[in-house]
Amino acid sequence: MEYFEVLLLGLLVVCGISTCVTKNLLASLVIFLAYSVLMSILWALMKAPDLAVTEAAVGAGISGILLFITLKKLRDIRRKADDEKDRLS
Amino acid sequence: MKKTGFLERLRDWDADRFDLTEKTAGDMHPDLSPKPLKQEIPDAPLERLATRGERAFDRLYPVLALVLGTVMIVFLFLTVLDLPPYGAADNPAHNEVTARYLGSGTAETGAVNAVAGVILDYRAFDTLGESHVLYAAITAVLILLLVQSDAPEADDPGARLMERDPILTVTASVIAPIVILFGVYNMLTGHLGPGGGFSGGAIVGAGLILLSFAFGPHRMKRIVTFRTFRIASISALCFYSVSKLYSFFCGANGLHTIFSPGTPSRILSAGLILPLNIAVGVVVSFTMYGLYSLFERGRIG
Repeated sequence: MEYFEVLLLGLLVVCGISTCVTKNLLASLVIFLAYSVLMSILWALMKAPDLAVTEAAVGAGISGILLFITLKKLRDIRRKADDEKDRLS
Repeated sequence: MKKTGFLERLRDWDADRFDLTEKTAGDMHPDLSPKPLKQEIPDAPLERLATRGERAFDRLYPVLALVLGTVMIVFLFLTVLDLPPYGAADNPAHNEVTARYLGSGTAETGAVNAVAGVILDYRAFDTLGESHVLYAAITAVLILLLVQSDAPEADDPGARLMERDPILTVTASVIAPIVILFGVYNMLTGHLGPGGGFSGGAIVGAGLILLSFAFGPHRMKRIVTFRTFRIASISALCFYSVSKLYSFFCGANGLHTIFSPGTPSRILSAGLILPLNIAVGVVVSFTMYGLYSLFERGRIG
């Protein structure tokens, strides 16, 4: 069980760093959600099932959806800006 | 037009940026839109207008930010080094409070799940504050993002496309009821096992968001409108406040309350914890759905 926890903690660090350094925003977001899922498993292993449920619902569910919507809106804004530039040039 | 202050330049830069992005009407009717004035202005007028002090500020800014960040990190690390070792027996956290909560929590609150006993009975005041903070947050987002409610429905081709997507619709119609059922189960059995109002409410909110994603805002109006959102959130918060007011008043004056711990591990036990879990769950689920709805469409319902 301890090896499993160490493996999860290592993956947590990997996920945390790669969320920051990934250039593609969508990939970064998916890694961030993976971080939340790993954290949720760790909470369950640390005998905090209440936190595990909340982490899975809020960290991997709701904040993921909100961030995805933000990404979508960013892309819309960027596309509009590009169209505008094309029209002006 | 001479730009002097840094803030003024920032505002102008912001205005320029949003000018560029928000020309939707001009996109659709190129003949009607006024000729943009931006074209005549050279691309980088700010550089020439900036005074020497501002240039120095711009150069110093990253350096100062780095120094400030490093100082903060060092202070935080020093604080962490000063903390007592993890899990030591003589930690200040290991005092009579923990023993009391774990030892006689079930007998005093009636909740088998000690966490529910702590957050909704011993420390219910904190949870009341949390619920109000959530409500204040959604109110702030409402003020910032709500579009005029009598404005015509925004014609979003992406949303219409999504409504027809068979994979999403079928998956959502299978999964969403289970998700919502699990959330309600979580809410109702928070005093017996892991779960509780907040996590259950978040799960129900996620289920509502999934439904809204798959079937579009028009059909979601049958379940959640702005009216139901308002009534449910406010009445849940009021119920929480009034019942805890009664409970605190009786507790502080040593009076007998009508809420008794009951028989632990029964579903109808633990006094106020079950109704409070439901109240918190209602507030949280509607707030989560409202946040999504405001982000996505600028309105609730």
